[in-house]
Amino acid sequence: MTILPPGVSAGQFAKALAEFTAAVGKDWVLTDDEDLQAYRDHFSMLKGQPDELVCSAAVCPADVAQVQAIVRIANRYKTPLFAISTGKNFAYGGPAPNVRGSVTVDLKRMNRVLEIDEKRHFALVEPGVSYIDFYRHIQERNLKVWVDTADVGWGGLMGNALDRGIGYTLGPYRDHFSAHCGMEVVLPDGELMRTGMGALPGSHAWQEYRHGFGPDPAGLFAQGGFGIVVKMGFRLMPQPEHWRTGLITVPKRRDFIALVDTVNYLTDLFIIGEPLYGSPLRNLRSDAEFVKAAEAFDEAAMDRIAASHNLHSWQVELQFYGSEKTTLANWEWAKELMLRNIPGAQCFEGESLPVPVTAEQIERTTRPYPAPYASQMRRNIMHGVPKLYVWWMPSRTDEFPDSWNESHLGLFSVVARSGAAVLQAQQDFDRIARELGNKPANLSAISTPVNWYQSVFLLGNGAFGSNTRNDTSPEAKIAQVKLLREVLRRNAALGYGDYRAPPVLQDAVADQYSFNNFALRRFNERLKDAIDPNGIILPGRGGVWPRALRALRGALRK
Amino acid sequence: MNKLTVVVAVLAAALPLLLSAAEPVADAAAGKQVFQLRCAPCHGAGRGGDPGREMLPGTDALRIKYKGALPALLEQRSDLPEPVLRVYLRHGSWSMPAFRKTELSDVDIANIAAYLALSARSSAH
Repeated sequence: MTILPPGVSAGQFAKALAEFTAAVGKDWVLTDDEDLQAYRDHFSMLKGQPDELVCSAAVCPADVAQVQAIVRIANRYKTPLFAISTGKNFAYGGPAPNVRGSVTVDLKRMNRVLEIDEKRHFALVEPGVSYIDFYRHIQERNLKVWVDTADVGWGGLMGNALDRGIGYTLGPYRDHFSAHCGMEVVLPDGELMRTGMGALPGSHAWQEYRHGFGPDPAGLFAQGGFGIVVKMGFRLMPQPEHWRTGLITVPKRRDFIALVDTVNYLTDLFIIGEPLYGSPLRNLRSDAEFVKAAEAFDEAAMDRIAASHNLHSWQVELQFYGSEKTTLANWEWAKELMLRNIPGAQCFEGESLPVPVTAEQIERTTRPYPAPYASQMRRNIMHGVPKLYVWWMPSRTDEFPDSWNESHLGLFSVVARSGAAVLQAQQDFDRIARELGNKPANLSAISTPVNWYQSVFLLGNGAFGSNTRNDTSPEAKIAQVKLLREVLRRNAALGYGDYRAPPVLQDAVADQYSFNNFALRRFNERLKDAIDPNGIILPGRGGVWPRALRALRGALRK
Repeated sequence: MNKLTVVVAVLAAALPLLLSAAEPVADAAAGKQVFQLRCAPCHGAGRGGDPGREMLPGTDALRIKYKGALPALLEQRSDLPEPVLRVYLRHGSWSMPAFRKTELSDVDIANIAAYLALSARSSAH
């Protein structure tokens, strides 16, 4: 089925394709239906619908010069481009564009690790390098550096960072965009630009000082359509000598506030890696009296029932990177702080392993804590080892033997990093879900935040993302889109905004960021119109629309 | 029965002919390398790792799907010649998204098919 870019005639598109072919070779301009299947979002809630966000063609350059040529051709024919690197941004749109009919620029063939320095701890990579590729490169050379990997290792360093993906080791590395250091970008007119020290010809520190001098536009290329990034530097974590874990539990619901304060203190002194919060009260999910109290957010009753079962209300697992002695000293200090700050806190020894851990150690499934305290620690990604283990989540499992999650979706709100803010957000999200006729699948009162970003929490928006696992009709999926937009709108009214979204929801998320009559969006779109007057580079990405296509804002399944 | 299922069924019926046509030109050793890099992280023989699951996600999904009628491990499957494999890889199947030519070339797919045929024969002995 031929799909045309918006506003481009069949004749003009044919000419554009001919020029793309001249630029990259006939094998690398893809227009067959079968070839383009893999450029769809496998989990799209509009899959198979007339307005599904699919591309008109894919063009696959082998080098920077070909990317520049593609951009210049697209300008001549006013053809929107959508760039992907490894194309695995599933749960956030996969490889699908924001505008139906865009030409996808598939950068996977540009897959070289250009440089790794294990003394200065950085790498420079091309777009197509996946976490699995990069890890293999490190292992083959026995380099003593780690990259903080995304959950699913087939994703790429660059693409994940540019969508502000996250990881699981130490704070500065977990924020993948903030861990970047220097990029090379093909601008909307085809010109090549480097950021940071890369702007200084002959600089020896491109991957060590990201700011350079003067305004740094690097942020425009994350979740934005201001250019196509073709090289990107990353800070790497030196391999520590030792890894240690421990578990803290606290008895009462309101103890969560002091627990978070204490963890924040350790986090911001760079003593601990990602802390993993949880609630031992998950063990009471089949206790009718507890469920009733939790659904009512009756804190006194929850505390009483927890105590009657000899259960603590909250737990956090801590992880320490360093030497055997420093990790032990830091764990001892963490315990001292917890016991000082939180009456009744308990501390449990976790694991203490020399690094690199052995294959047996990293795959061990036994956990060190006494029942009923469970561990959520995932050793592989905590050690920078990319895996696909979590792909069980959208897949056929014993729990769901006859279905897969066709609308696999990430939806997380930014929540202030305090215990009080989390307890409030639990109630807010629960109330909004119920107002919209969705009883949360899990008990909101014991939901816990993730501390992927060092300085803030993210909290899942209930169980909305999996609502369509059992109803896969197009009508159910479209109803889900509309429901999620309403969730986002109501969340924003209470001060919550999301950090990331698939294209079908990006305008709805961007609508949350409306301070002073959308001053930020208007600023971004003035920039967009100035440097991309034809509006060809990733139009609509991050809710930023070029003048030529601004009518498409919010138009999809309005 | 969806389109993908029909295509796979037709291809499976032509299996003997397809096997003889596909095998001679493919490189099983190269296919093993690509399989290890691109397929084994989900369809390999290891345990399901940190989440505490018994098998890797792809292997586990096929165990549940086939209920023992076919091996859960792709490396034990003798019914995945290149044309069949290509349909799965280019279209995706259930939670497995499709793979692009920039990730897996047609030659890669033929080589993987050759490797799977070889490994299936080995595992049968």
